[in-house]
Amino acid sequence: MSDLEAFRSETRAWLEENCPATMRSGVGESLTSGEGDICWGGRKFQFKSEDQKLWLERMGSRGWTVPTWPTEYGGGGLSKDEAKILQEELRRIKAKPALVSFGIWMLGPALLKFGTHEQKLEHLPKIARGEIRWCQGYSEPNAGSDLASLATKAEDKGDHYIVNGQKVWTSYADQADWIFCLVRTNPDDKHNGISFVLFDMESEGVSTKPIQLISGYSPFCETFFDNVTVSKTNLVGEENKGWTIAKYLLTHERTGISDMGMPAPLNSLAVEKLGTVDGELEDKMLHHQIAEHEIDAASFVFTMERAKDEAKAGGDMGAFSSMLKGYGTEINKARHELIVKVNGSDAFEWEGQFSNNGEIARSWLRTKANSIEGGTTEVQLNIIAKRILDLPA
Amino acid sequence: MAMILNEEQQLLKESAEGFFNEKAPISQLRQLRDDKDETGYSKQLWTEMSEMGFAGLLIDEDHGGTGFGVMGAGIVAEAMGRTLSASPYFASSIVGASLIKAAGNDTQKSTLLPAIAAGETIVTLAVDETSTHNPERTSVKATSAEGGYVLNGMKTFVPEGHVADQIIVLARTSGDAGGANGLSLFLVDRRAAGVIADRTVMSDSRNWAKITLEGVKVSAENLLGEEGAAMKALGPVLDKANIILASELLGIAQECLDRTVAYLQERKQFGVLIGSFQGLQHRAAQLFSEIEVTRSAVMKAQQMAEMGGDVSWFASLAKAKASKTAELATNEAIQMHGGIGMTDEFDIGFFIKRARVAQTLYGGFNYHADRFARTSGY
Ligand SMILES: Cc1cc2nc3c(=O)[nH]c(=O)nc-3n(C[C@H](O)[C@H](O)[C@H](O)COP(=O)(O)OP(=O)(O)OC[C@H]3O[C@@H](n4cnc5c(N)ncnc54)[C@H](O)[C@@H]3O)c2cc1C
Ligand SMILES: Cc1cc2nc3c(=O)[nH]c(=O)nc-3n(C[C@H](O)[C@H](O)[C@H](O)COP(=O)(O)OP(=O)(O)OC[C@H]3O[C@@H](n4cnc5c(N)ncnc54)[C@H](O)[C@@H]3O)c2cc1C
Repeated sequence: MSDLEAFRSETRAWLEENCPATMRSGVGESLTSGEGDICWGGRKFQFKSEDQKLWLERMGSRGWTVPTWPTEYGGGGLSKDEAKILQEELRRIKAKPALVSFGIWMLGPALLKFGTHEQKLEHLPKIARGEIRWCQGYSEPNAGSDLASLATKAEDKGDHYIVNGQKVWTSYADQADWIFCLVRTNPDDKHNGISFVLFDMESEGVSTKPIQLISGYSPFCETFFDNVTVSKTNLVGEENKGWTIAKYLLTHERTGISDMGMPAPLNSLAVEKLGTVDGELEDKMLHHQIAEHEIDAASFVFTMERAKDEAKAGGDMGAFSSMLKGYGTEINKARHELIVKVNGSDAFEWEGQFSNNGEIARSWLRTKANSIEGGTTEVQLNIIAKRILDLPA
Repeated sequence: MAMILNEEQQLLKESAEGFFNEKAPISQLRQLRDDKDETGYSKQLWTEMSEMGFAGLLIDEDHGGTGFGVMGAGIVAEAMGRTLSASPYFASSIVGASLIKAAGNDTQKSTLLPAIAAGETIVTLAVDETSTHNPERTSVKATSAEGGYVLNGMKTFVPEGHVADQIIVLARTSGDAGGANGLSLFLVDRRAAGVIADRTVMSDSRNWAKITLEGVKVSAENLLGEEGAAMKALGPVLDKANIILASELLGIAQECLDRTVAYLQERKQFGVLIGSFQGLQHRAAQLFSEIEVTRSAVMKAQQMAEMGGDVSWFASLAKAKASKTAELATNEAIQMHGGIGMTDEFDIGFFIKRARVAQTLYGGFNYHADRFARTSGY
């Protein structure tokens, strides 16, 4: 038996023993994204069940919430091949993710690349175990697509900065423990005047105000900084060199947003809801639209697989993440439009038990943000045109 | 299987691209067209392709091939899509060889496969009879006769039909048009009495023919596979063929994008390079994305075919997606070239003319999207 095969059977046995039954119902099978079920971790997180807590503890203690991170930073220390096997085994038993977080998905990779040893030791294990939940302080009222025009100011006070300004659209700012934040340390140089800093959301002078979305969810906030003290030990990379880190982190964010896994087949959802006549959906147009969509969606799923294999083989994702982000989020939007069509008038129920408080409608509306958050589709197309196709400015 | 090219495949890709760029650029196809060349392809090129091993990519080494498999065959087809190189590669080395491999007996294999791999014998398939692909609608009749069969009827859209040595004809030995049962495959010598091959000049300037069969006598040894069970062998071969067509379409789309981007980088209007206009940048970026996504669907199908088993779902996915993307790419290429894209003197128009024919062969987007849905269970 090869090492990898041995790893697979050990992993399978461990998961069999340690993944609680209620954590195996499998996300991606329901009609909607089921955000309510996700384990985000953090100081304020209320576990939905004992099993959810247990699952996080067990996975966190093995470092399998972040399988490829080094063990000294709380990771699983797995090779890319082993991590792929772990993924496959988790999928096989339809395990829910033990932990989903911006720490794993965005900050971690950036810290691994740009952080000091001390910073990694301080922050990464807490991310791995789900103890600290992070939010992203990038966008501002006047710095959206043109992120580098951000104005939140960090004044140099020797061993610390004093931060003043405002962020907006800060997802889960009211529930996060810490923030990774872009601040201006030099007003005279747009791109080379930005620094990347970390601080506790409980610091004095930080306040948040939730914003409600069209979906009725309120996942993000306006975030205000009023003379917040940030120690220089929490500056990542060099002062005024934060833009490079910010962009690197965005490539991870974008790849993450585009990865919707293998979604439930629309056709079976449609057949379940509407039934068939002579073995086919009665609505011929819907039948065609679903087929056309599923062809694009499956092709995209294979593209994610290919991108991961290329990254594994040492390729640099770079601007390709913009392609994944742009295409993947548009696919997801199209998918939810079809889910709404399949469900007819039921799709628009907004309250009440029957619709699980309007889950279909709210999820559908939530997807509209996919092509805005993490950089809009238009911005991704700009990046492809300039960085990949080398078209003139 | 990881979705990346291994070293051997990467080398094959580079050597194929280099080869077709040098030996069979678009100017060769243009020349064949303008000369109204009788053969419709360069024999010299075909000989060199065979020497390179391209003619035997799907044929195992025991039968004189190189045994590269569907991935390799797709890589070469993609390279040919980029230069629109004309040759019997698709008809003979892909379809003919696969069908003999799938349905042939030992004698048929040992006589025909090495000859295909060497580029000495061209074998093609005659399947469709009407303007839309539908093998089950076959009505060409094979009636039992002393020592064999007699074939009557007409086939259309036969690749390399007028230059092939052997034509594999799908004919009905029993049942009525529309049924999958009762169909059989026959090896028919193109020069046999009663075989009339009419070359059909089509938009892609490649070789196509209508084949009329008037009381053609075929001996029992030339039955290919089991009588009445042709679809068992033909179905998987058509899947493979569609995966290769999808690979060619991918090459066409990629070449259209590359040429268009190069044009956007050099053409000036309003005092600036037109590639600086966001209206064009976004169209090019969207096309880039579609091509990358198509590449994944095609590669997945190639890999699945290489692993064996039923690949109808993957083949239809790849062909449908590649057809849609090639349509987009060829249309966008002309549009973004402006007036010059409409001129025959400029090469870009050759791509759209080949793409639509390759899309249509063995079923276009609608056919395969529908088949994709049916194989998905709805
Ligand atoms: C649900 C959600 C969650 C979010 N979470 C976070 C978060 O946690 N942290 C954070 O920092 N931010 C977050 N954001 C903010 C997000 O990153 C911004 O909304 C996004 O970058 C767009 O900026 P904007 O809203 O200011 O739009 P604008 O930049 O004003 O864009 C308006 C329109 O103009 C287009 N446009 C702008 N510039 C160009 C151009 N150069 N070429 C072509 N078109 C252009 C855009 O594509 C868009 O269609 C979130 C947003 C949403 C919707
Ligand atoms: C069949 C045919 C018949 C014709 N007949 C005549 C005729 O009788 N008389 C005559 O005078 N002309 C005629 N024309 C010429 C026609 O008007 C031009 O081809 C047309 O105006 C486009 O110019 P162009 O070919 O130089 O393309 P270009 O201007 O070079 O355009 C190339 C591409 O760039 C795009 N582009 C250019 N500028 C911008 C911009 N600012 N923003 C975004 N995109 C841009 C274009 O849309 C196009 O996609 C004919 C053309 C054709 C094809």
